[in-house]
Formats: sequence, C-alpha cells, structure tokens
Amino acid sequence: MSLVEVRDLSVGFGGLRAVDGLSFSLAKGAALALVGESGSGKSTVASALLGLHRGTGARVGGSVEVAGVDVQRASDDELRRLRGARAAMVFQDPLSSLDPYYAIGDQIAEVYRVHNRVSRRAARARAVGVLDRVGIQDAGRRSRSRPHEFSGGMRQRALIAMALACEPDLLIADEPTTALDVTVQAQILDLLHVLREETGTGLLLVTHDVGVAAGNADEILVMRHGRMVEQGPVADVLGGPAQPYTRQLLGAVPRVDVPRTGDLRVDAPRGVTPGVDSGPAPGSAPGPAPGPAGGATSAGSVPGGSVPGGSVSRGSVPADVVLEAVGLRREFGRGKHAFAAVDDVSLTVRRGETLGIVGESGSGKTTLGRMLVGLLEPTAGRILPGGGVRPDVQMVFQDPVSSLNPRRTVGESVADPLRARGTGTRPFGRSPERTGEEARIRGRVRELLERVGLEGAHYDRYPHEFSGGQRQRVGIARALAADPRVIVCDEPVSALDVTTQAQVVALLDELRRELGLALVFVAHDLAVVRQVSDHVAVMRRGRIVEYGPTDEVYGAPQDPYTRQLLAAVPALDPAVAAARRATRRAARREPAAM
Amino acid sequence: MSDVLIASRAPGADLSVPGASGARQFWRRLRAQRAALVAAGAVAALVLVALAAPLLTAVEGQDPTTYHPDLVDSARGGVPVGPFGGAGGEHWLGVEPQTGRDLFARLVYGARVSLGVALAATVVQIVIGVAVGVAAALGTHWADQLLSRFTDVIVAMPLMIMSLALLAIVPSSFPRPVLVALVIGLIAWGNIAKIVRAQTLTLKGLDHVAAARLSGWGGWRIARRELLPGLAAPVITYAAILVPQNITVEAALSFLGVGVKPPTPSWGQMLTAADVWYQAAPQYLLLPAGALFVTVLALTVLGDGVRTALDPRAASRLRVGTGRRREAASEGSGGTDPEGPGGAEPEGPGGAERPGGAERGGAV
Amino acid sequence: MNGFPGFALRRTVGTLATLLAISVVVYVVFYVTPGNVAQITCGPRCSPVQVQQVADQLRLDDPLYTRYWHFLQGLVIGQDYSTGASVQHCPAPCLGLSYQSDQQVTELILAKLPVSLSLVSGAMVMWLILGVGTGVLSAWRRGRLSERVLTGITLAGVATPVFVIGLVLMIVICGELELLPFPQYVNLTDDPEQWAWNLLLPWLSLALVEAAAFARLTRASMLETLAEDHIRTFRAYGVGERSVIGRHALRGAFAPVIALNANTVGSAVGGAVLTETLFGLPGVGRELVHAVDVVDLPVVVGTVLVIGFFVVIANAVADVLYAVADRRVVLT
Repeated sequence: MSLVEVRDLSVGFGGLRAVDGLSFSLAKGAALALVGESGSGKSTVASALLGLHRGTGARVGGSVEVAGVDVQRASDDELRRLRGARAAMVFQDPLSSLDPYYAIGDQIAEVYRVHNRVSRRAARARAVGVLDRVGIQDAGRRSRSRPHEFSGGMRQRALIAMALACEPDLLIADEPTTALDVTVQAQILDLLHVLREETGTGLLLVTHDVGVAAGNADEILVMRHGRMVEQGPVADVLGGPAQPYTRQLLGAVPRVDVPRTGDLRVDAPRGVTPGVDSGPAPGSAPGPAPGPAGGATSAGSVPGGSVPGGSVSRGSVPADVVLEAVGLRREFGRGKHAFAAVDDVSLTVRRGETLGIVGESGSGKTTLGRMLVGLLEPTAGRILPGGGVRPDVQMVFQDPVSSLNPRRTVGESVADPLRARGTGTRPFGRSPERTGEEARIRGRVRELLERVGLEGAHYDRYPHEFSGGQRQRVGIARALAADPRVIVCDEPVSALDVTTQAQVVALLDELRRELGLALVFVAHDLAVVRQVSDHVAVMRRGRIVEYGPTDEVYGAPQDPYTRQLLAAVPALDPAVAAARRATRRAARREPAAM
Repeated sequence: MSDVLIASRAPGADLSVPGASGARQFWRRLRAQRAALVAAGAVAALVLVALAAPLLTAVEGQDPTTYHPDLVDSARGGVPVGPFGGAGGEHWLGVEPQTGRDLFARLVYGARVSLGVALAATVVQIVIGVAVGVAAALGTHWADQLLSRFTDVIVAMPLMIMSLALLAIVPSSFPRPVLVALVIGLIAWGNIAKIVRAQTLTLKGLDHVAAARLSGWGGWRIARRELLPGLAAPVITYAAILVPQNITVEAALSFLGVGVKPPTPSWGQMLTAADVWYQAAPQYLLLPAGALFVTVLALTVLGDGVRTALDPRAASRLRVGTGRRREAASEGSGGTDPEGPGGAEPEGPGGAERPGGAERGGAV
Repeated sequence: MNGFPGFALRRTVGTLATLLAISVVVYVVFYVTPGNVAQITCGPRCSPVQVQQVADQLRLDDPLYTRYWHFLQGLVIGQDYSTGASVQHCPAPCLGLSYQSDQQVTELILAKLPVSLSLVSGAMVMWLILGVGTGVLSAWRRGRLSERVLTGITLAGVATPVFVIGLVLMIVICGELELLPFPQYVNLTDDPEQWAWNLLLPWLSLALVEAAAFARLTRASMLETLAEDHIRTFRAYGVGERSVIGRHALRGAFAPVIALNANTVGSAVGGAVLTETLFGLPGVGRELVHAVDVVDLPVVVGTVLVIGFFVVIANAVADVLYAVADRRVVLT
C-alpha cells in the first residue's frame, strides 16, 4: 500500500481553482518533488495532505489518503492524530513558523506531548535529542533559546527537528530552503537527505526550484495552474521532457555550469513589439544611433555584432571606463554597534560590459549597489566620476511592488527623469519647443514602454494592474528614460518566477548590447550572474573575495569561499547533484558557519 | 511570485489608497460594511442637525437662551411644570429645570458645539501632528531626536488634566468653544505625530522614493509626490479615532464646568446638574446622555469602517508599525539584501511595536 | 537577555529627562501667562502689599530661567517662605504655597493622594480582568452569536463617557435600587471592608469604559496572532484549538495589552477626575477641579506635576514590562 494516495484532488478558494484534478501516489520511503511556479497550486496540495483546508472555507474535492487515513472523511481527532505523528510538515519561513515567545525546545516538546503520553521532562529530553540529531550543537542549552536567537539555517533545522520528533512516515517539506542562502540551503538539503537515508521516511518536496527537486527526489511532478503537466522519474523528466511547458521551464533555468552564450533570448516569443515608428531610437549613447530595436535583437546574431560604438565581446580590448569605485567603505550604526557593510571595495565598470556582483545575504552587495548610484554616501573611498546622485547611473530595483508609486500611473513614473531634466533636450538631441514638450515627453515614454515589451497605451495604467515581470519592465523603462550610461540592477529578478526571470534577464542583456550600456548586476543567484556577466565579483562580509572574467571565476575558482558557493548550487542533472553532494560531504571537515 | 498572483492581489498589497482607482475602491469597501453605512448615515444626520440648528429652532419657535420662569415651579425648586418635563407643542422636548430654557433648542445647539469643537480640535491635532511627524522623519538625526523626545513629553501629559489646568488660566474674554478646541488640539497631537513619523520613515525606505531621487527631483517635490499621498490613509484613519475622542473630552470638560460655559449650550454641561433632576425631569439626563452616546458610537463605528476600508492590512500595520523594522533593515546588514530567491514573501511577521493610541476609542 | 540592565538604565534616565521636560513645560505655561501672575497666584482678595510679597517670593523680576531654577530648587531641596512676619519652611518636594488656602501644596496633595491611588489602582485591576477576559472570550467564540453580543457590548462601552456611565450607575444602583450607599470615602487603614464597598461603584464606572478598550485590543491582537504562520505550524502538528488559543494566541496579545495599559493610566487619571467629582470623593482630581474653579495657580501646577509624575512612572514601568513581555523587541 502506498504512503500517499491522491485521487482527482481539487481545491477551490472563492472563484479560484487552485488545484484541479490532480492525482499521484507516493510509495513508502520514496521521495516525490512537486515543482511549479508560484500560483501553480503546489503548496495548496501540501496543505491538503494534512487536511489544513478544513474549516477555512476552501472547497476540497477528490480523495486524499495519507498513511492509511482518509483525510477527507477523518474526524477532527483522527486528523489531529495524523498531523505531526504520521505526517509532519516543514514550512517555508522558519522564523514566522515558530512561536516567537516560547523556547524552541518547549515548542518541540509541546508537539511531542500532543501525540505521546509522556511527562514534561521526558518530552523536553526528546526535544533536546532531536535537536542534537539535526546537528544543532550544544542542543541542551540551545533548546532554551527563542527562535529569534537562532540563525536562519538553525531555525530550519529546529523545524525539521520538530517534524522528526514523532518519527513520522512522511515528511512534507514546503519550500524548505527558499528563505535561505545557497550554502545553508545545501546544508539543509543534505541534512534531509541523510535523515531520509537513516529513517526511511517518505518525502514530499514542494519547490519552485527545479535544481532542488533534481538533487533530492526520485520522482518529479511538474504542476501548472493547478494541473499536472508531467510526472516521472527525475532523470527521465529532466533528461527528456515530454511536455512543452516542462521544456520551457527547464530552458528558463539558468545553468551555473554552462558558459554564457551570446544571446539570452528566450525561445518563447514575448510580446516585444519593436519600435516601428520612425522617431529617434531609445537612448543616445555617444556614437551612431542604433536602428529600430528589432534589428539589434534578432536571434542568433553575432555576439556584440550590432553594439554601437565598437565591440565589447569578452576578451576584447578594454572599452572606456564609465564608472570606477576606489576603496569604497560604508559603515552603519553608531559607536559600539557600528559595523562596515562594505569594506574597501574597488571596481571598474566599462562601457557595454556587464559586471556581476554575487554574494549571500549580508555580504554588502546591495549597499555597494546603492553607493554606486549615489543613494548612499560612502563612509570612505570615492566613486568616479562625480559624487552624489548621478543621473547617468540609474537603478533597477529588486521589489516590483515597492519600486513603483502605487498612486501614480506608470507613464508618469517613467516620465519622471524626463521632466526632472526640465526640457528633455538630451534624449531628443534638438532644441525644445515649449509647446510640444508635453506631447514629446509622452511620446518618448510610449517609445520606452514599447521598447521594454509593454504597450504605449499602458501610460495611463496604475502599477497594480501589472504583473511582477511587467513592473520590472516599467522599472527598466524608467531607468532608460534618464539616458544613463550605467544601470545598476539590484536583484532585478529575484522576486520573479523562473520563466519571467529569463525574459527580464534577456531584455536587460539586449538593451545593454543595443545601447552600449554598462550593467552592474547584483544578485545572490550564481547561475543568473553567470548568464549575464562579463566580469564577476564575489562578495563576502563586505569585501570582494574574488574578481575576474566570469568564465575564469566559475571555471577555476581560486578562493575557497567561491568554491564553497559553487559546490552548493543545486544541479539540474541528478548525477551531478549526487557528485556535488559527495564533494560537500567530503569538504565538511570545517564546520560551516550557520 | 507569478504574474497572475501579483496581478490578482496587488490592490490589497498596496500600502494604502488614494489615486484614481484607490478612492473608488475605498468607497466600495466602505459600502460593503453595513454597520459603517448606518453609522455614516447617523453622523450625516447629526451634522445636518448641527448645521440646521437655527432653522430647526425657528420652526419650533424657540431659542436656546431664553428663560421661561413661568414654566418651572419655583416652589418645588424649579421643576418643570406639566407632565413629561413640560414637553408639548410649544416645547418639543420640555424645558430645563430651574431656568425653563427650551431643551430641544439647547440640544441641537449643543450638537453644534460638540461637533464643531471636536472637528476643529482634530484639525489642529492633525496639522501639528503631521508637521512634527514629517519633520522628524525627514530632518537630520538631531532634529529627529529633539522632535521625538518633545513628542514623547507631549504624549506623557494626561490630556484631561492639562486641558483642565490650561482652561483655568486663560482669560475668560476668549470665546470659550474656540478656546476648548485649541487647548485640546494643542495638547493631544503626540500620537498622530508618532504614527506619521513611522509611516514617513517606512515610505522613505521604499524603492519608488529612491527611484524618484535618481530621477533628479528635489527634496520638496519628492516629499509632495511620493511621501505625502502615502500619509493620507493613516492620517484619515487616525482622525476618525480622534473625533469621537475629542467629543468626549469636550463633554467631560464642560461637565466639570471648565469647558464651554453657559449660556452657550453643551451636552456635557447639561449633564452637570442632571443627577439632581433625574426623578422630576428624566429627559434632562437622558437626552444629552443619549445624544453623546449615539454620536460617539456612530463616529467610532464609522472610524472602524474607514480603517477597514482604507486597507484591511494597514489597519493592523498601524499598530504593528513597520517603521522600526524598516529602519532596522536599512541600517542593518547589507541593506535590503533579499532573504532568498523565488516566491519568498517579502512580508515577515515584523517586530511588533508598541501600539500607539490607535486602538483606543473615545475613553476619557 | 543581553543588555537588559543597560536598557533599564537608559529608560530610567529617559524617564527623569521626561519628568524634567514636563516640569519645564508646565512651569513655562502656567507662570508666563498674560496678566499679573502675582495677582492670580495670590487670589482676587489680596491687597497690593500681599501681591508684592508674592511677586518677591516667585522672583517675578528675575529672568525666566532663574525663576525656574528657583522653583526646581524648591522641588529638590525645599525652600523657605516668608508670609508677613513669620517664615515657614517648605520641605523637599516643595510645590509652593497656596496663598488662597494658606497651605503648602505638597501637604494638600499628599492628604488627597490615597483616595486617588485607591480609585485608580482598584479600577485598573477591574479593567484588566474584565477587558482581557472579554477579549479572550470573544476571540475564542469568534464567528458565533456570543461573540457578536460581546462585540456590541464593548462597542457601547467604548462609546460611553465615564461620567455618563457613572451617572447612570449612581442613579440606578444607589438611587433606585438602593443596592449600595452613595459612596463616601473611608480610609483603607480604618476599615478595609467599607473602603472597598464604598469604592465599588467608582471603580466600576472608571473600569467599564477602559475595559471595553482592552476587550477590543485583546480580541484584535489575538485574531491577528491567529492569522500568523506559527499558529498554522501548531495546527499542522495536531495541537488542539484550546492550546492554540490559550497558549499561543493569548501570548501574542500580552505585549499590546501592557502597552495599552500605560496609555490607559494616562486617560484613566482624567477619568478619575470625573469620577471623583461625580461621586464626591476627596481626591487629587477633585482638588484640581476646585483649584481650577478658584484659579489657585500653585495648586493647579502642583497637581498637574504630581499626576504627570505618576503617569510618566507608569509609562516607564510599562516600557520595561513590555520589553520583558515581547522578547522580539530590540532594546534601544
């Protein structure tokens, strides 16, 4: 008998069908990964397995059987006995998933006592035991800490300990590593792997990350819009996807082990309408104005072939420097609490080139980006040319929600740099006629919107009418409106789904080549950075630990931290994933700081 | 976060309302609440009565200040003559004990004083509160320290006690209702300043403000375009809490005999002597007390409705202020480094901050 | 809990600074009024000679900061007053002299303080029990009829001013039903039973309004906590609803309730003034109302400072409790 048996499951909230006719089963001790982009309903399935929709007003249809319990028909008490004891869930955000007011050991003990008639003291001892098991050092003492005193990785370990407390037959892990840095993610996934080897627990892994699924499950089920797209053994599905959507999904996943190709255009055609009107082309980098957008972006064109102002392909003569930072340092806090978020960073950005800055959270990469555009004053060091807010250095922000003023139309937001400049002379290259100025600004904004793949008619729409990817496009249009020489992109795609992510990355790269822009691409995702960068700087604790041409850094990393980072990246190929896991296990002599 | 998901839930995710679609949404959400709608009707009726007070009393043929010694029985200490406290066609609701002044006229003119003073005081509170809060949030470190400490001092001063004391020393030549409104307004702006400061700090940290700076706009224009509209929602919400509170304070001060003084009628003042007369003329107690109750209740319910309509989530955020969290995030390590990839929700549970007076109704 | 002593120290210093600031504001507001301060202070029946005496004692000819310094000295080390021929000493927390009643303000207030403290502290116990209890109950019964009834009652409570509740209670309970006598203050030390019995009604009037605010807050915070992720965790681990609400949701409401209590003490002293006046209790509040009536400036300033002192202390205590209650708060 299988551990999980789901037949024709459907879950609806109000008018929305989150899950629609899904069936699958999971054998004892097996591992299945549910993979899908956000909105695919994968987390809803996870909740349905434990009957968490009961009493929430959601409509659940079909049948769900977990460890011999019919979740749909079970009484509340039967369901309570299932939850935690037979099937335990590990949630996404470990900080908010634990009660902030109680000690971690007490919370685990509470759960244990719900399912086992034991004394408080015995439950507490059990809690310390499982905490020790998941690799929390000095578990007895740490079990008295509250969640906020733990680091992110330790919190996730504590949650896993809670799940293990009652020795369940099934672990449901809902995006267990999404909130974690890549090295910590690798540690947590390795922990789950070891635990499964030792206990023979079944695993249902819910994730948006195909790489995570590849390395940690036997079977994979791809979901989209609440339906199953494709299911099968990991190697089969990833090796030879049968469905177009799976192919598209896999195609969009950036690979950390594949060198950058000349063109990042995504196979699926986007609604990118080339600017067809005869007006001046967007931007006006020195040199001949490029033709209409379509010309420069055709697939398969020679890398850098149509870049105005000369070639910028890797290995060519250094192009002119557009931005240079020397000895940058930035401190936060006062007195005793002062610390340097960025410490002695020097870098050079050249025209038409992309500099990738990669690092985990707390590495100072965002602070560095903000200093480069002048939003933050450096404590020491200088940025050439000039200081303060520089209109020729623009920024694309991370959060597509907060980066646009919800009360102004997107057109107005994009027009800001044009209006702020007063006359808008530079983009047009001719003297302003005051009467036609407003019309010209609107026209220019329309051009920009069309250039980034939106419609000119979107001028009067409000941000909430757009999707995340579209908002990022608006953000890019706004940055272009200032006619910059450099655009600093601060995690421009980290809030986006992988297919959207690929489209936005392709757009940025396209604009770089077409307009001769320099890009500074700040991200935590090593694979994305590899796809776009000519040079890459690896940051850790405010310093650059490694800097060089992208292929050199990725191909032959010199710094141990860089090597550690690269080894932690989930691989799409299960064989590679296993190999990397072995490498990590071997390298675990030095206890990693978690 | 998928495109579909963002598009479908973005309206709720917006920090707050105004903007072309925002106002419409506000009305839609407000209309959806039946209690708030009824309360809005009651408030509208009260405002109408207050505005039309001269008209209404003219219809009745009375005015609030004329004595009618013939209508009270001076032998029995001034009890109104006739059944129901002298109520009838002449005097719709009867007359006041001792003086014989028309109760209906005093009641509707009392509404004028009550609402007028409360609204004026609220305006003063908001003007000062917004000015101080914005200045503290946008000013230099020391300006912020100074203003915030001063705000703390103001918040620490008990409103009733200070206004009582202040009203004692101001020369009596000053028009009393104006004075009461000013005193309340000048003392009780602390909480609104705190809320405005926190909200401004939150907004200041948002990326669209940074983007506006990169556009090359000056500070004033950014403040006006990007910051001030974002303050509308919390300010309106808090104003809706302040109005009933101010009504209660005015009534309490007048009840103690230091607020609005006779002959100007006020509900609180009418209640001063009501306990003596409750047996002989119960409506003398019940009418002003009932008027106060209905007014404060309607305004409170309306305030709750406005809060829910402006933004269901901001309503709780008002108390769980994101201000401190934002500060911590931007001053803390690597700025706003992301927590992680993919669908990571940017909203955490946030460090709970001490709630301001936002949850308080008009308790005095 | 790291840095707690430091936090407590900073809070203490901050509290002292706030007290000092309040004394400055109060002094400036009341002694720099338009009109003849000496005349106002002394009272309307004073002769010009007496007025001149008062002006000398208040050092009205000196610059403002000297006068304030003098006033502050009185507060900290006491000072001497000469009334005509005799000199009387006003010991340490000297709030000045009431020329109208010829009494030292400190003594005057100290005599009334037990009444007000009895009133407010008793009422506080009541409003906390009533308010939090009602809040928990309505969060527990959410979505049912009993919750709607409770919500309606608390809403009515929030909307009723203290003096209206007090009036109605007094008329109904003492006047009509004659369940209780009209309150007369009895010293706690004289007869504890009579003390409590007589204060029952004032406590209730003062507590009901505040309790309504607490019920609303408790309910709101519990519902907010119930919507948080960690509640989902415990439900997903089979923890029962009783424990989820009684242990986890209630814990989340702790900190907001403490914070509101500090706020409430401030507004409750206002309510105490009304309650004392209404029930004729000889407390500080009634003294203030009287002093305001006859414009006895030193007494007004003295009572405002004393009440402000208690409110600020209550706030500081709440701050420390809050930090203990909400371990997530960054101590600053």
